Amino acid sequence: MENFTPVSALIGGGLIGFAALLLLLLLGRIAGISGIVSQLFSKQANWFSQNIWRVLFVIGLVLGPIVAVNLFDVLAPQAPTGNSVTLIIAGLLVGFGAVYGSGCTSGHGVCGISRLSKRSIVATCVFMATAMLTVWLTR
Amino acid sequence: MNSSTIKSGVVGLTTGLLFGIGLTIAQMTNPKKVLDFLDITGSWDASLVLVMGGALMVSALGYFVKNKMSQPVCADAFTVPNNQFLDKPLIIGSATFGIGWGLAGLCPGPAIASLSYASVDLVVFVVAMLAGMLVAKVLKKA
Repeated sequence: MENFTPVSALIGGGLIGFAALLLLLLLGRIAGISGIVSQLFSKQANWFSQNIWRVLFVIGLVLGPIVAVNLFDVLAPQAPTGNSVTLIIAGLLVGFGAVYGSGCTSGHGVCGISRLSKRSIVATCVFMATAMLTVWLTR
Repeated sequence: MNSSTIKSGVVGLTTGLLFGIGLTIAQMTNPKKVLDFLDITGSWDASLVLVMGGALMVSALGYFVKNKMSQPVCADAFTVPNNQFLDKPLIIGSATFGIGWGLAGLCPGPAIASLSYASVDLVVFVVAMLAGMLVAKVLKKA
């Protein structure tokens, strides 16, 4: 465990939780990234007024690392490793699974568990298990 | 554009920014670190337990406060799911998501945030992820 970084993990996690708290108390919304992103694909009336917060959330999400890297001494986002075929398959599985399963690490793992949703607790256990199994099989 | 639309935009930008800063500080945007967390029998890095723990504690405080409010500060109602039914799509989707997460070490939030320092490999992953999301959306409607 030579790479264990407890302080930055707690601070970073706390900020993620704080973003979820603000979004909940101010807009009444769940900070689930797969939900926020996939909702942008919906055709609906008043698309702009309904989705402006989602569009700006995504823009903020992309700007976040730039702010973090320039203000604090933190590592910039790193590129994934693996060949293109693996990354395409991984991307398809992540995108499909997160939307088909109604949430990902943020929606189920953080927002769902923190309100003790039975579905989210089960979902998080399932994706943690298959992710760990996948790493065990491929590494 | 009315004032509630503008307010929702300001909240969206602020919370997205905080989320992205948090992901970067926590190094969720470093796929190797995420894979080290998932590698429980190998070079296990427990940091992500604390990322999730820290996020859960603060977010849970949000739900505690929410239960004392009749409506959100800048919106008419809380939009929080209350479905408790464990159905097949939940299990199949989550299992599938986990396999992809274990292959690349990227989940949707960090993948999108990392576009700020995009590599070709990351863009390939994100485009595939968006395609996967579209397929799931179409299937769920069918």
